[in-house]
Amino acid sequence: MKIHEYQGKQIFREYGVPTPRGFPAMSVDEAVEAAKKLGGKVWVVKAQIHAGGRGKGGGVKVAKSLDEVRARAKEILGMQLKTHQTGPEGQKVRRLLVEEGADIKKEMYAGMVVDRGTQRVVLMASSEGGMDIEEVAAKTPEKIRKVFIDPGQGLTDDDADEIALAIGIPQSSLSQGRAVFQALYKAFDATDASLAEINPLILTGDGRVIALDAKLNFDDNALFRHPEETAMRDLDEEDPAEIEASKYDLNYISLDGEIACMVNGAGLAMATMDTIKLYGGSPANFLDVGGGATAEKVTAAFKIMLKNRKVKAILVNIFGGIMKCDTIATGVVAAAREVKLSIPLVVRMKGTNEDLGKKILKDSGLPIISADNMADAAKKVVAAVKKKKAAPKPKPKKRAKPAKKKPVAKKAKKGKKKK
Amino acid sequence: MSILIDKNTRVMTQGITGKTGMFHTQTSRAYANGKACFVAGVNPKKAGEDFEGIPIYGTVADAKKATGANVSVIYVPPPFAAAAIEEAVDADLDLVICITEGIPVRDMVRTKYRMKGKRTLLVGPNCPGVITPDEIKIGIMPGHIHKRGPIGVVSRSGTLTYEAVGQLTELGLGQSSCVGIGGDPVNGLKHIDVLKMFNDDPKTEAVIMVGEIGGSDEENAARWVKANMKKPVVGFIAGVTAPPGKRMGHAGAIISGGKGTAQEKLAVMEECGIKTTRNPAEMGRTLKSVLKK
Repeated sequence: MKIHEYQGKQIFREYGVPTPRGFPAMSVDEAVEAAKKLGGKVWVVKAQIHAGGRGKGGGVKVAKSLDEVRARAKEILGMQLKTHQTGPEGQKVRRLLVEEGADIKKEMYAGMVVDRGTQRVVLMASSEGGMDIEEVAAKTPEKIRKVFIDPGQGLTDDDADEIALAIGIPQSSLSQGRAVFQALYKAFDATDASLAEINPLILTGDGRVIALDAKLNFDDNALFRHPEETAMRDLDEEDPAEIEASKYDLNYISLDGEIACMVNGAGLAMATMDTIKLYGGSPANFLDVGGGATAEKVTAAFKIMLKNRKVKAILVNIFGGIMKCDTIATGVVAAAREVKLSIPLVVRMKGTNEDLGKKILKDSGLPIISADNMADAAKKVVAAVKKKKAAPKPKPKKRAKPAKKKPVAKKAKKGKKKK
Repeated sequence: MSILIDKNTRVMTQGITGKTGMFHTQTSRAYANGKACFVAGVNPKKAGEDFEGIPIYGTVADAKKATGANVSVIYVPPPFAAAAIEEAVDADLDLVICITEGIPVRDMVRTKYRMKGKRTLLVGPNCPGVITPDEIKIGIMPGHIHKRGPIGVVSRSGTLTYEAVGQLTELGLGQSSCVGIGGDPVNGLKHIDVLKMFNDDPKTEAVIMVGEIGGSDEENAARWVKANMKKPVVGFIAGVTAPPGKRMGHAGAIISGGKGTAQEKLAVMEECGIKTTRNPAEMGRTLKSVLKK
């Protein structure tokens, strides 16, 4: 799960990672209020969206008067912010963070993830901060220093100091650097984080070490023991289709293609997407229905897949091991009827009660295309899409618009009116 | 022969009284020598009771002492599963197979740390389990698609393993053992560990290795194969079409920082003499093509 920068900074401060003072703002007026509360002469107005690269996209602006704070907040709030992580449509800015300006002497980088190889948490730091760290890693890997943290001891003074010195924190600020890294590990561990990133970590003119940015992701598997983290979830930042899918315990991810697929198991789902591509098609989504695909779940899955207006055909690929093919077939038929399916549907089922399942599909009278194996299924679904494209177009039917995030937009407006 | 488990293995089920534990203990017990193999269950609150005649003990140590069980399978819910693994490790079992999906990564980091220097092997978590066809099945895989034979199977995913096994069986190629190592980033045996075992197993003639995006376990395994493996290995990697930064179901299946792509893995595997296929429908045939005629 991802959270916003201002939420990440709240958590950082709780664990002793210093950050600039700042307040979140949901409206232009709140942004000005925040600047007043902060005092001083320089403020930074920062767009709060879950994607990175906000500065380059024009989502981070410096203001030198309250009027400027108002003007910058007005510009940023509500804009469609495009960064290398948002995709071409960009992400609408609904929240701001207003912070005191910082006197930056040096920009560095610090990050933490679980390293698969050593199966430990790794602290990565670099003297090259403020830029795309992936680029640094690719071009000058020697500039990234790593420490693999012993879960029994935590981050030791020696290791923290070594990293701090290696990335150019001067001796006079060493104790601060050490404290930041140790606090970062404490926060990472205590919150069940899956990723923590400070880019840039700065050294100020007066020798302080401060987290100018904060990116914190949490391990979804650990949310059950962190209700305070679940409360930070911002549904506006997530794909509505993925939110809807999670309600039914479906694992769904939107992609760019035109063939929707529904599969049981994550590995088989990826393999199915790959097969579609191999035969010249492109997958519209990743969808793992999991182990117990009931008729209700399959129907929900169909509805979610069909909300994507690019979808031109559906491929169902089920390896029914414990799950029986007749049960799945019944679910697929019920779902196809309920959603009044009007695009080609190819079904490949394998495993227990396979023949019975195929018979149910056939007897349904629905134009379901049956396939014997994955390759056959992919070929058939790709051919069906091509045929559909070649056929003269029927009058375009109006489809229900995908659920947009309207309610929230309204809320934001209301807030404006009040003030 | 086989690897990890055979008909003489004696198994206890941790979490035997939960819905999943009950169901899969039943199906595992009904497979081949299951009746003789599944000898104990563990539930601290139900010691002294039984599940369909399988005695339940309060602790792993008690179950081991009373029945001689040397392997455990875990169906305990995620919040308690890591502790269940540790209990089995502390009881000095030979092997722990953890089926549970959704264990917090931090728990597994600590558990793996505590396992250092212990001899107990771990398969999983978040895996289908291990099967030696016609002898014993420990886990949630469908037994009937398997067939005894000379091919070793090792994989990170569940249903994709069944897909590979199904193709092999259809081609008349049976399996020595099939090991699902699981889709989590912090886990027990890796591809490389299982390949070493297949290499040493006289009954295994060739191995099919199924991987997916994320991490570099497949690359490490491939390099080991190049230097040491005496038997042909073929491979498939799922996720050629997966976009970077998106987690594809498994906690470990994510391309991050430009690392862990399927293309990269496939390239290394090929460099190391592993015959790969881009088509998951061709896994079985690819394996067949490398067998000695």
